Amino acid sequence: MSHIQRFPSAAKAALTNPLKMSQPLGAALAYLGVDRCLPLFHGSQGCTAFGLVLLVRHFREAIPLQTTAMDQVSTILGGYDNLEQAIRTIVERNRPAMIGVATTGVTETKGEDMGGQYTLFRQRNPDIADTALVFANTPDFAGGFEDGFAAAVTAMVERLVEPSPVRIPTQVNVLAGCHLSPGDVEELRDIIEGFGLSPIFLPDLSLSMAGRQPSDFTATSLGGVTVEQIRAMGASAATIVVGEHMRVAGNALELKTDVPSHFFSRLTGLEATDKLVRLAMELSGKPAPARLRRQREALVDAMLDGHFFYSRKRIAVALEPDLLYAVTGFLADMGAEVVAAVSPTQSPVLERLKAATIMVGDHSDLETLARDADLIVSNSHGRQGAARIGVPLHRMGLPMFDRLGAGLRVQVGYRGTRELLCDIGNLFLAREMEHEHGHEAEESHGCGGGSCGCNAV
Amino acid sequence: MLQDKIQDVFNEPGCATNQTKSAKEKKKGCTKSLKPGAAAGGCAYDGAMIVLQPIADAAHLVHGPIACLGNSWDNRGSRSSGSQLYRTGFTTDLSELDVIGGGEKKLYRAIKEIVQQYDPPAVFVYQTCVPAMTGDDIAAVCKFASEKLGKPVIPVDAPGFVGSKNLGNKLAGEALLDHVIGTVEPDYTTPTDVCIIGEYNLAGELWLVKPLLDEIGIRLLSCISGDGRYQEVAQAHRARVTMMVCSQALVNVGRKMEERYGIPYFEGSFYGVSDMSDTLRTMARMLVERGADKGLIDRAEGVIAREESRVWRRLEPYKPRFDGKRVLLFTGGVKSWSMVSALEGAGLTILGTSTKKSTREDKERIRKMKGEEFHQWDDLKPRDIYKMLADNQADIMMSGGRSQFISLKAKVPWLDINQERHHAYAGYDGIVNLCEEIDKTLSNPIWRQVRRPAPWESGPSSTLLAAE
Repeated sequence: MSHIQRFPSAAKAALTNPLKMSQPLGAALAYLGVDRCLPLFHGSQGCTAFGLVLLVRHFREAIPLQTTAMDQVSTILGGYDNLEQAIRTIVERNRPAMIGVATTGVTETKGEDMGGQYTLFRQRNPDIADTALVFANTPDFAGGFEDGFAAAVTAMVERLVEPSPVRIPTQVNVLAGCHLSPGDVEELRDIIEGFGLSPIFLPDLSLSMAGRQPSDFTATSLGGVTVEQIRAMGASAATIVVGEHMRVAGNALELKTDVPSHFFSRLTGLEATDKLVRLAMELSGKPAPARLRRQREALVDAMLDGHFFYSRKRIAVALEPDLLYAVTGFLADMGAEVVAAVSPTQSPVLERLKAATIMVGDHSDLETLARDADLIVSNSHGRQGAARIGVPLHRMGLPMFDRLGAGLRVQVGYRGTRELLCDIGNLFLAREMEHEHGHEAEESHGCGGGSCGCNAV
Repeated sequence: MLQDKIQDVFNEPGCATNQTKSAKEKKKGCTKSLKPGAAAGGCAYDGAMIVLQPIADAAHLVHGPIACLGNSWDNRGSRSSGSQLYRTGFTTDLSELDVIGGGEKKLYRAIKEIVQQYDPPAVFVYQTCVPAMTGDDIAAVCKFASEKLGKPVIPVDAPGFVGSKNLGNKLAGEALLDHVIGTVEPDYTTPTDVCIIGEYNLAGELWLVKPLLDEIGIRLLSCISGDGRYQEVAQAHRARVTMMVCSQALVNVGRKMEERYGIPYFEGSFYGVSDMSDTLRTMARMLVERGADKGLIDRAEGVIAREESRVWRRLEPYKPRFDGKRVLLFTGGVKSWSMVSALEGAGLTILGTSTKKSTREDKERIRKMKGEEFHQWDDLKPRDIYKMLADNQADIMMSGGRSQFISLKAKVPWLDINQERHHAYAGYDGIVNLCEEIDKTLSNPIWRQVRRPAPWESGPSSTLLAAE
């Protein structure tokens, strides 16, 4: 771990206005991208309630999430009974295709042996052998959201994917990291299908968290990658791994199935998308479709039109590590200067960031580092600090509870990059127009049009 | 220690449910045991936070791993007219090393940092499951920090796994009784000083009530804890009368304040016209009984008469619009009976209400009001609610945010009446706000559009709709 010690956490005992979210929450999100799945937290019921509310506020969707409801006694005596009862109850009531279990601080402090509990459960409950079960170790007191998401994806690969004697030349796996929104996944599907390839996304949030209209009420996820599809990933021609935190899952998949993997650190930006398109051309043996060519032209055009407003702009960014990497990379591509990059947790990807200051910290650190910045890029929790220092905020990541359509934003591919470029560029443009007309900051602090959440128009 | 507290709370004689229980039942406590795999709702820590966090000028520090605060901060609608410090999230963010080596030193350092940097009048420290398991003694750390830093540092011992949100509410109340209430003397007192318990100023609701109290001549000495200040809460023991807003949650505080300081309490509600008037009337009468000027009653009646006539006049336009509209009400405790009367006053028909969190007394009250025919659901499954709505058995559902999608996905209007709501529904003006919100959503043109079939859908239902 010595290579990441360059970015120490702030030397303070009180984390203030946290940027970090917990591992189980990340695991829950990964499980929600599986069709007819019910994520289950092995812990106190409060762990589940908080996670649920956060995801509901972000996606504005019903979130299936259950709890083993550990109390003091079961915590001390061991949680197996609660786990077994919870799984049996869920199967009886909801008939899910899969139950994804994530441990929490409570069960990890006790040191529950999840591997042993899995085996024991299967032995004692042969009647529900057809329900897929995946267990991930996700202690609250280590790592964060991204690590939990990665742990759940790795656990699904290890538990469900099977090696295959045949190869389906048009089938492609995509390990989609948590920095990809449901909208991003949909965009990637569009790009890949444009080459006549059939992608399997693990997880696939575009099918479950993108505003579905059910014909009946269901207590499990509605849509997503199916358990059968996950099992069939071993027959794919290639695996596209998106994001540093998907690397471990990618390696596990390759080790298990011999499907060659191709790693992408990000898919936001012209060159990053070019790399993906080149791979899709190779895998399919087909030329890029006309639509994609037009999208590339439009992005190049937007870069030409927009670069004026980006050059030397000072920007502070606080996001989960892989999204932080994608966004700071894109901003540097546009000629902006990243004055501060704040990550909630350590990650090898921090090593490759280009920023004046890189640190593991919280929103209060961001507030300090962003005082002279032209823009802050962070989640909705950044709005209080942004308002205090009078810097406009562009919202990205999770949670984004004060914007509609948070889940369907697109920021990958040519089209997504152009959208992001225009969204951020418009904040700069609005500010310049304001200054030209000589009535800057009339309302109070010149946040550039209420973007920080204030009432300025 | 904590076990004693919990037993003490379970023995609460002020609680109506409790009085009807046998000794054995009492020991089991007031929370239904949770069913793994079919449980919902917050934990005790969540409940403690709900009660105390509205104390706006204090710092609220969560001692635990990131989940407890990181996943939950910045998500409550309690408003403050001054200090915004309560909106800042502080946590010790316990790591693996803290779990192994203990987190007490880190906790002390965190308290010290907060005191040095923000200088709050007090710091509330919340215990959570993990340090409770590893044995961090937050009471000792708080005592030490208090002496060392010369500031009240209050331990709130309600780790999540001891029970439900409701138990957490009560344990937070115990923390106030043990460490806060009675520690500060007010500059002056008046014969009309009151304390309101269990009002959290969600969406600024207290501000719809307080001007009326001011006008009548009642001084709000202390509110626990909406738009609260530490000093005000600490001087609550000098109130002449206590009002309990959400009876279940903090009954222990009201009763113990009566026991310790001889302050009589009553249970009231700010929701609905008649409840609001009853509350003002009772408050004035009890203050007079304790020696306040008799004129208080006349002034209260004057305000009530004026406000009632004003509110009925303002509700009149809604009545024809609400005629025949059926409401499904899903909320807990005191709000169920309170809301029923409020909504019926505006001409709506209430189909039924959930009584999951209500006391026997609450339920009896609804029964008296509505008769046996009226539905009181104890445990209705989301699927059943969805079915009722999809079958057009109701025109609008009112509930908390978490169940909104049951209604919205069934394409039936929904209104938020729980803690995340953005509109204030308390007092006379509040009931008008509520009706306005109901009317806005009922009359929105989207409902007709979203129920239409897609171009590729055909069959009897679509031809029926197309003929509209």
